[in-house]
Amino acid sequence: MNLNKRYPSYMAAGAFVLFAVLVFFPGILGIFYSFTNWNSYSSDIRFVGMKNYAKAFSNTEGYTGYIINTLLFTLFTTLLKTILGILLALLFNGTWVRGNHVHRMIIFSPQVMSYLIVGLVFKSLLNPSHGFVNVFLKWCGLGFLAQSWLSKPGLAFASVVLVDTWKGVGYIMMVVLAGLQVISTSYYEAASMDGASFWQQTRYITMPLLAPVLINVTVLNLTYGFRVFDIIYSLTHGGPGHATEVLNTAVYAEFAKGNYAMGTALSSILFVFVMSISYFLLKAMDVKEEADENA
Amino acid sequence: MKTRKIFTRILLNLVTILLSLIFVTPMLVIFINSFKSASESNTMSLKLPSKWILDNYFIVAERGKITVSLMNSLLYAVCSAALILILVAMAAFVLSRNRSRLNRFIYYFIILGIAMPVSNVPLMKVMKTLHIINTRPGIILLYAAINIPISLFIVFGFVGSIPKDIDEAAILDGCTPMQLFTNIILHMLKPALVTIFVLNVMGVWNDFTMPLYYLDRSDKWPMTLAVYNFFGMYERQYNLVSADIVLTMCPVLLIFILGQKYIVGGISAGAVKG
Repeated sequence: MNLNKRYPSYMAAGAFVLFAVLVFFPGILGIFYSFTNWNSYSSDIRFVGMKNYAKAFSNTEGYTGYIINTLLFTLFTTLLKTILGILLALLFNGTWVRGNHVHRMIIFSPQVMSYLIVGLVFKSLLNPSHGFVNVFLKWCGLGFLAQSWLSKPGLAFASVVLVDTWKGVGYIMMVVLAGLQVISTSYYEAASMDGASFWQQTRYITMPLLAPVLINVTVLNLTYGFRVFDIIYSLTHGGPGHATEVLNTAVYAEFAKGNYAMGTALSSILFVFVMSISYFLLKAMDVKEEADENA
Repeated sequence: MKTRKIFTRILLNLVTILLSLIFVTPMLVIFINSFKSASESNTMSLKLPSKWILDNYFIVAERGKITVSLMNSLLYAVCSAALILILVAMAAFVLSRNRSRLNRFIYYFIILGIAMPVSNVPLMKVMKTLHIINTRPGIILLYAAINIPISLFIVFGFVGSIPKDIDEAAILDGCTPMQLFTNIILHMLKPALVTIFVLNVMGVWNDFTMPLYYLDRSDKWPMTLAVYNFFGMYERQYNLVSADIVLTMCPVLLIFILGQKYIVGGISAGAVKG
């Protein structure tokens, strides 16, 4: 019996069609519409060339700022989550801490909550006059540190980044931990016999062997960062002014205003960002794997 | 040397406890405040309520339309996760077993979707054309479509670990391809399928974006959108808002506690093997 008969391709048709129609096709359609003037006010759609993109990249209407915010948000959250995630994983991989498993689960737990809920929780907590953070600071006698966390431009951006890190770092920690656990202990035994310190072992054994996992983690963090929407929408709505506006919140704003074409142009910019970043990183990993296999 | 070791150990334990507090406190504040009176919760603190008021929960359930939105969330999460499970199990099976040119193309085409951002504005157009915008089946199909790529990736890897000899034997015994799949493969895939089912239920339960774009009537809203709306109306009444947040989180926390093994295993397996 030949393979095509035993494993008929039509069994893959459902997944293929659903994905193609509701995810892939709209993506392509979006690129097409981004060169038009599609909007909710008139039914006639005209081709306008690069006009929407010119608008997005010239700084007359603030779109460039949203692109920069998206890049900064992605950069800061990726760095914070990766560095803290690795440190936490190293801490919990050893036997130093009592109740290791409980702490791990506590730090991981925000991962199962919705970004929206986390946003609403911190919106309450960070309220300048009644929120827990300022009330607590005053109670400690640190009242001078109390801030309007979400309504000063620079501070609002930092708050959003920190809240997002709070939510996401546990996930990265778990992934890195899983990566650490597949490293054979014999490497460490040999190294400690040679007198290598913990940090030396980390630097020369753990990090190189963890590289593929770290590349994956970076792809996860970058693609999440570029696509961020829920947490910013619920914490600040992109405000104050447009201080925390990112591409996806701007897409929603254009959608709500009926500027469909501009929305698709911003979506398409995001699409190119995300696809090229993941392509290069996965390529880098492939090259490395091939090198390992040949070695 | 020995004292230094003990000192490091104590320090690390203190740091860990502090860290855990940072992660627990926000939820604890919300929990405590959900039992306070309006005036007591006006300043959010960790002080226990002078009287524990359960009424907040009943008020929220009534005004926040909790029952309707809970049923909606349940419907969307379970139906789309079940749909994904069936479609992905079949697809992963044939795509992994028969690596023909066409199948390899289909696999990579779908996997591409893991990183692909959803293009929401044109998606609206597509859903309108198909007459599934603002409908329950529409949102279920949409959730299924979005989550197919990562689910396929996880199950595809798992199919490879099932020996092909089993197929051989089943066919010799007279199984048709469909019987081979439903009677044998489906059972062997169980661990991977439970993982994707749990992950998808949680993912859909927590999603906020899709209903925001594609469901315009409040009687079709899931819990996330309902709680967001409630928050907008009662922003100053922390006791009610907190109670609503607690109610929305209970189901996911329950799933998390029950399915811990699958959740942690599933997400780390994908990232470590990938």
